Amino acid sequence: MNAPSTPAGPILKAERLSRIVNGKALVDDISFELYKGEVLAITGPSGAGKSSLLRLLNRLDEPTSGTVYLEGIDYRTIPARELRRRVGMVTQRPFLFPGAVEENLRYGPAQRGEELPQKVLEDLLLRVGLSGYGERNVANLSGGEAQRVSLARALANRPDILLLDEPTSALDDDAKLEVEGLLETIMHGQGLTCIVVTHDAAQAVRLAKRALLLVSGRVVRSGPVAEVLHA
Amino acid sequence: MLKLLFHNPLSLGFAQAGAAALAALMVVLLARRRQIHLEGEILIAMVRGLLQIIAVGSILFLLLGGPRWTSLFLLAGMVVAAAATSARRAKGVPEVFQVSLYAIACGAGSLILLMTWLGVIDTSITALVPVGSMIIANAMNTNGLTLNRFRADVLAHVGEIETALALGADTGSSVAIYVEASVEASLIPAIDNLRSLGIVWIPGLMAGMLLSGARPIYAAMYQFVVLSMIFAASGLTSLVSTLLVRGRIFSPAEQLLLRPGR
Repeated sequence: MNAPSTPAGPILKAERLSRIVNGKALVDDISFELYKGEVLAITGPSGAGKSSLLRLLNRLDEPTSGTVYLEGIDYRTIPARELRRRVGMVTQRPFLFPGAVEENLRYGPAQRGEELPQKVLEDLLLRVGLSGYGERNVANLSGGEAQRVSLARALANRPDILLLDEPTSALDDDAKLEVEGLLETIMHGQGLTCIVVTHDAAQAVRLAKRALLLVSGRVVRSGPVAEVLHA
Repeated sequence: MLKLLFHNPLSLGFAQAGAAALAALMVVLLARRRQIHLEGEILIAMVRGLLQIIAVGSILFLLLGGPRWTSLFLLAGMVVAAAATSARRAKGVPEVFQVSLYAIACGAGSLILLMTWLGVIDTSITALVPVGSMIIANAMNTNGLTLNRFRADVLAHVGEIETALALGADTGSSVAIYVEASVEASLIPAIDNLRSLGIVWIPGLMAGMLLSGARPIYAAMYQFVVLSMIFAASGLTSLVSTLLVRGRIFSPAEQLLLRPGR
């Protein structure tokens, strides 16, 4: 792996991760490292195992073999809820909970018995360009707005790493540009460590410095994003 | 009309069963015309039901002269059969038979024992078996409805449940609204039966008591007692069932196991 040279170790290290379901390898012996502040793109054709790999990283699915180290600690020893707070996830569809936008943002901290301060809530909405939307019912949001609420909701948990699973693929062109611009701001402007799954090569180039190209569950190329995508 | 044609009680019974089955078959045919295919399940259920009730009637006839404790074996057998029947309403749910067995045994079994101990249900076989079977049958229906609704809701909301897990929710919180909806929906028949008692519905037990010479007011009170017991047993069954199934659809690492295609 061509990991950037930093004095500290990787924040996340996947070691020989595999997931086999009904005899089919969805993820096949994948290893990589992710460093703090880095954005890694995982790309490849449909059915390549991109989303399956992402689901292993916050342990929504169990690896058949291999494991993940989070700051050097085997993630199987970290309680699932703590792991998922630290490794947040934004899915292709936002799956907002019924009710107001602010209730969605408060959901994650409330699971740990914490109250999200109003100032933090307003800052989060400002960061995703939805200032003043706190009391709006999620049923009245557009697709792009809903995805931005989903992003703010994940950020409310203060994750160490954010996993983004095709965050713009369910949006129309305008909303896609709007959300992608927001992601660029958050990733690059605020130094968030991210893994973004995308089948859109141009988007991978815009968002990430490094990429993994998956085919049939295996990494076929890895390295600087331009080299991986244009080899 | 049938009484004019059949004078022997047994042949009259078969004729009445035939007439009732014909009505059910007509509904099946009507449904079929609208592309709703109930025939396989209904036909099997009717034949099974008829054979089973004749078998139970024969066993009851044999047991009537026996010791009272034999009814406990009969009721225990009913609980097992009820668990197997309602478990079929939630295929794909891990350990669904065990869940159903424990839920019905806990909901219906414990209530029958308690009410028998208190003297609400008479210990004679002729009282304990029919009243117990009504409680078990309703617990079975409630359990089937609970599991069926819960399974459908979970499968339809995998994204929402996994989103909640991904945000750090515990497994119980992630499915809490589906547990609540399942319990509420499964208890609608029991609540409506209580609500409409005497106005819409005069159940067979009361009719039987009146025919056997019981005082109408006592027959009516006892009917209320039975329906209250049915509600209590059904509610407890549904609560236990959801509590047990909730724990079985997640792995020890809090991963959702009940997903489409699994």
